[in-house]
Amino acid sequence: MTLLGRRIPMAFSLAIWCLVWEVIGRMEVISLIPPFTEVLRALFVVTPSQDFKTAATITFQAFAIGMGLGLVVGIVMGILMGRIRAFGELMGMWVNIFESSPLTAIVPALMAILGFGLPTMIVTVFLFSVWVIALDTQVGVERVNPSLIEMGRSFGANNRILFTRIVFFAALPELLAGIRLGLIRGLKGVIIGQLLIAVVGVGYLFELYSRNFLMPEFWALLIVIFGFAFIASEIVGYFERKVSFYAKSR
Amino acid sequence: MNHPHTDTGPRSTAELAPEPAVRVQDLTKEYPGGIQALDKVTFDMPKGELTSIIGPSGCGKTTTLKIIAGLIEPSAGEVMVYGKAVRGPGPERAFVFQEFALLPWATVLRNVAFGLELRGVGKKEREDMAREYIVKMNLAGFEDAYPHQLSGGMRQRVGLARAMAVDADILLMDEPFASVDEQIRRKFQEDLLHLLSVEKKSVVFVTHSIEEAVYVSDQIVILTRGPAHVSKVVRPGIDRSGDSQEIRRSPGYLDSVENIWDELREYLEE
Ligand SMILES: Nc1ncnc2c1ncn2[C@@H]1O[C@H](COP(=O)(O)OP(=O)(O)OP(=O)(O)O)[C@@H](O)[C@H]1O
Ligand SMILES: [Mg+2]
Repeated sequence: MTLLGRRIPMAFSLAIWCLVWEVIGRMEVISLIPPFTEVLRALFVVTPSQDFKTAATITFQAFAIGMGLGLVVGIVMGILMGRIRAFGELMGMWVNIFESSPLTAIVPALMAILGFGLPTMIVTVFLFSVWVIALDTQVGVERVNPSLIEMGRSFGANNRILFTRIVFFAALPELLAGIRLGLIRGLKGVIIGQLLIAVVGVGYLFELYSRNFLMPEFWALLIVIFGFAFIASEIVGYFERKVSFYAKSR
Repeated sequence: MNHPHTDTGPRSTAELAPEPAVRVQDLTKEYPGGIQALDKVTFDMPKGELTSIIGPSGCGKTTTLKIIAGLIEPSAGEVMVYGKAVRGPGPERAFVFQEFALLPWATVLRNVAFGLELRGVGKKEREDMAREYIVKMNLAGFEDAYPHQLSGGMRQRVGLARAMAVDADILLMDEPFASVDEQIRRKFQEDLLHLLSVEKKSVVFVTHSIEEAVYVSDQIVILTRGPAHVSKVVRPGIDRSGDSQEIRRSPGYLDSVENIWDELREYLEE
């Protein structure tokens, strides 16, 4: 952010927004928005509570397992789609449809089949994350400079070596972008899933807080989730920046 | 060092017709989609010599070279390397790519060592070897640089060093000096000639430049406009003992350039 032509540090602009929030909260114009300090206080009440720990554990579990599956399946599928033309054509349409479809709509159906527990959440995370990972991986693999492959072959590399030494690294920038988007969508998936199920995890807490009109707690929980999403995507972003120096010059 | 065809050279005293390093026989290539690139291209590439391939743009020079490298299969015809039919890439051949083909995520050192890495040479050994060619190619000090930090000419030298480092007998170079300006190009030509006099390799060298072909080659294969076949094979027989300015002004050099011009002109004027 810049103001009057000067760059403002991110922490400073964040502080301004917190101040604005505080002022609006204190004016009590909208009952949905408590003062920021109230939210901060609630943060210290919510996070140590047993309710929160239980919710966080199950949420993280669902997220981690679903994401793990999404990564493995998405990457393998993307690689196959990028390397084997027929497979890419066969799958391309479906992956694109799922990638852009409102998957929220099928969560109730999953609930009917898989029940109200962990399996539904895992599958939701998986379905939310896998398509974008597959598509980005495919793009990365397809964009690998063909002369790099020829170079590898000219020095006697077999398919496995070509893949691990050349194709993988050449596709890494797109792959990481896909993983970052997949993470964010997976997180959306787990929250949306729990909100629809409404009896487990963070979804249950949201339901509880909003039903009892505990707005500071509600916002505190939201901040925790934002924070988690931010950190997760920043970790991938860190690796993305590490490869960005060659992403432009491939 | 080089004499006209009347002199068969010292090797022929041992055997009647010395086996060529590479024999290209009736190569025909039709790409999927019906583009015919080569039409019965035939030539020999004698051991220890530098053979240039020259011809109009898009006539099939890269295609010929990649078939020799075993990277593309011909539609018909055959390439023999030391008398054995080529079925794919082999350790006795190394390729220098027209578009460099460097790993953008790897340093100069790793790039130069990459051919050895792919051939399973240990890290210490291959890096020692790579450093040697980094020095020979005037890249010293850039070991830790990445390709995007280098000029076109330096990138090409990294590609050359990588091919040299695997110590293949046969070097296949696709327009190695195309991306550098004239001055540096001349320096590269000197470097190449010097290197070849030390390293004793057989080289196939694709170029657009008649002057360059005449200056560096023992033998020049002139291809026709695509689908290419061999129009003529010329042995310029330049005496390279003098200094480069002198050679470039010598009647033998100028005549060869003129002859090849005449040969190529008919394809350009069509
Ligand atoms: N993979 C391919 N698929 C289809 N056609 C191709 C392919 N590669 C080359 N060609 C065609 O074959 C012909 C010869 O190409 P090639 O690259 O061998 O020519 P070249 O003499 O090396 O050209 P240049 O002087 O531009 O480097 C051209 O018409 C080209 O368009
Ligand atoms: Mg070419």
